Amino acid sequence: MVAAHFLGRTAVLVLGEEELLLVAADGEERRLAIHGGGILAAAGDGERIVTGGDDGKVISTNPKGESRTLATDAKRRWIDRVAAGPDGAVAWSAGKTAFVQAGKGEARSLDVPSTVAGLAFAPKGLRLAIAHYNGVTLWFPNVQSAPEMLEWKGSHHDVAFSPDGKFLVTAMQEPMLHGWRVADGKHMRMSGYSARVRSFAWTAGGKWLATGGSEQLVVWPFQSKDGPMGKTPKMFAAFAVRVSVVACHPKQEVAAVGYEDGTILMVRLDDGAEVLAKNPGKAPITALAWDSVGSLLAFGTEAGEAGVVDLG
Amino acid sequence: MSEAASSEKIPVTVLTGYLGAGKTTLLNRILSEPHGKKYAVIVNEFGEIGIDNELVVGADEEVFEMNNGCICCTVRGDLIRIIEGLLRRKGKFDAIIIETTGLADPAPVAQTFFVDENVGKKTKLDAVVTVADAKWLKDRLKDAPEAKNQIAFADVILLNKTDLVTDAELREVEARIRGINPYAKLHRTERSKIALEEVLGRNAFDLDRILDIEPEFLHADDHGHSHDHGDGHHHHDHKGLKHYHDEDMQSFSLKTDQPLNPDKFFPWVQDLVAKDGPSILRCKGILSFKDDPDRFVFQGVHMILDGDHQRPWKDDEKRDSRLVFIGRNLPEAKIRQGFESCVA
Repeated sequence: MVAAHFLGRTAVLVLGEEELLLVAADGEERRLAIHGGGILAAAGDGERIVTGGDDGKVISTNPKGESRTLATDAKRRWIDRVAAGPDGAVAWSAGKTAFVQAGKGEARSLDVPSTVAGLAFAPKGLRLAIAHYNGVTLWFPNVQSAPEMLEWKGSHHDVAFSPDGKFLVTAMQEPMLHGWRVADGKHMRMSGYSARVRSFAWTAGGKWLATGGSEQLVVWPFQSKDGPMGKTPKMFAAFAVRVSVVACHPKQEVAAVGYEDGTILMVRLDDGAEVLAKNPGKAPITALAWDSVGSLLAFGTEAGEAGVVDLG
Repeated sequence: MSEAASSEKIPVTVLTGYLGAGKTTLLNRILSEPHGKKYAVIVNEFGEIGIDNELVVGADEEVFEMNNGCICCTVRGDLIRIIEGLLRRKGKFDAIIIETTGLADPAPVAQTFFVDENVGKKTKLDAVVTVADAKWLKDRLKDAPEAKNQIAFADVILLNKTDLVTDAELREVEARIRGINPYAKLHRTERSKIALEEVLGRNAFDLDRILDIEPEFLHADDHGHSHDHGDGHHHHDHKGLKHYHDEDMQSFSLKTDQPLNPDKFFPWVQDLVAKDGPSILRCKGILSFKDDPDRFVFQGVHMILDGDHQRPWKDDEKRDSRLVFIGRNLPEAKIRQGFESCVA
């Protein structure tokens, strides 16, 4: 499983190849073949799932299960990354080029110095963060001005804005996260992980950043204007194996934590209280998502198992 | 790691060679032979491959330095991304072949498999195969450091286009290659024609296979397997072989039958690669430690070391320790002295 999302109360598990697996609230499963090959990236906003494949296509799927091709790369390059933005905007990348399509117009593109490794829309306005070697490029696709570059040496794999848009965080090839305060570019280093951080998520209000990549849930405080600088992270739910995926509850300060042994715990961030949501299994958890009200939790594993936990 | 888990890893062959040596010919040969296997291929220039294969991926050779402060610890970031993408189609292919550009240094490619945990968990480096042009290699060794790196780094060397040179020229260029890298398996080829088992499935980076670290040419005449050479001259006579010493790329081996002290050896070797890592292209070793019933095997690429206890020494086996270094301007005397001081 590449990723999990929800369309209403239907869980959508994105498979590594070709298909989406839709699991309805009543447990009924349906498979949609959408790509002619591997699915490399997926993003969702509750209204649609946007996927990018090694067939060079960007495809959007709606809650009715209808898919349409938003773009096909002219050279049939891999679509490495996708992002879903405000008002139906979509971004994707192929090689060193990032594309944005907003409204009915033509897609706009921007070339960055090296392969795009992460894409994220700012929560407000049409602004795209593009992660690549040695930093992140911030681009207003509808504005003529030159893109801004936030520099930090190294390979940045993934990027996300905080819900208030004040902070930008990337996951690096080294076992650490890097962050910037968007207003002034001030740096934040978040390190101490035992592996590359492959999953991180802000809590609903943006006060905390929950992260995988270690043998416990590591949560960085983002309440103050300086973010986590000079503060220690909270650590919960220590295990013998690493946290592979995290997903934060849409309303409460609760994180769902998936481990490499297949266990899923729910952790309340103010006191660390834990609830077991899934027993260990054969394969690492690779996908986790909450529905928009926070009563359903969808998961997928590396071996392709999927399920929905009803916390009703 | 259990044997079962490691055997499921997808083997990765790295194909290097200077411009025009015959890499793409070899690649087309690999893809078109009726071997019943399916290869995913990572190439730099699309369109040169004459085979229709949905698993051919274009790469950009994006090398970056890891942020750990060592200047030679460079990694191919594009490979990490592409291999993760290919793994989405696990089961659809048996092996991965990476074709580098003619000017590429093989080290960042190899280091990628040691540095990235996820890539290292799912795939394993099989061998670095270098195609060299019998006619022009001699000149390239003088003017192109990349060509020399590719020879020094190789596990398997195809000395190609042998039909374009005389036998004397061939011996001359082979001697030049041996002066740089006496450990690689060397094959004479025409139009990159070679039996695929000589280039694929070599397990050259498998710690369990670091058995044969004697210079290859010392026993090149008793290969126990068949070859598919166009010229039929592989089992040539090595008598009268000239010995060359390359001015800046050398290899040497160290040996002792005295057991080593691990508390001396590990600090020494770690310090050595920390300081001289940039000049050490590759190193390998089989070690016998005092009071340790197991053989220890290790290998390294520049500053990255990888080692493990392999298996108990057999009763009838000679317990000695052997190390091999290939590198540029290596401080051989200092390394020898350091190694000797690790004796228990």
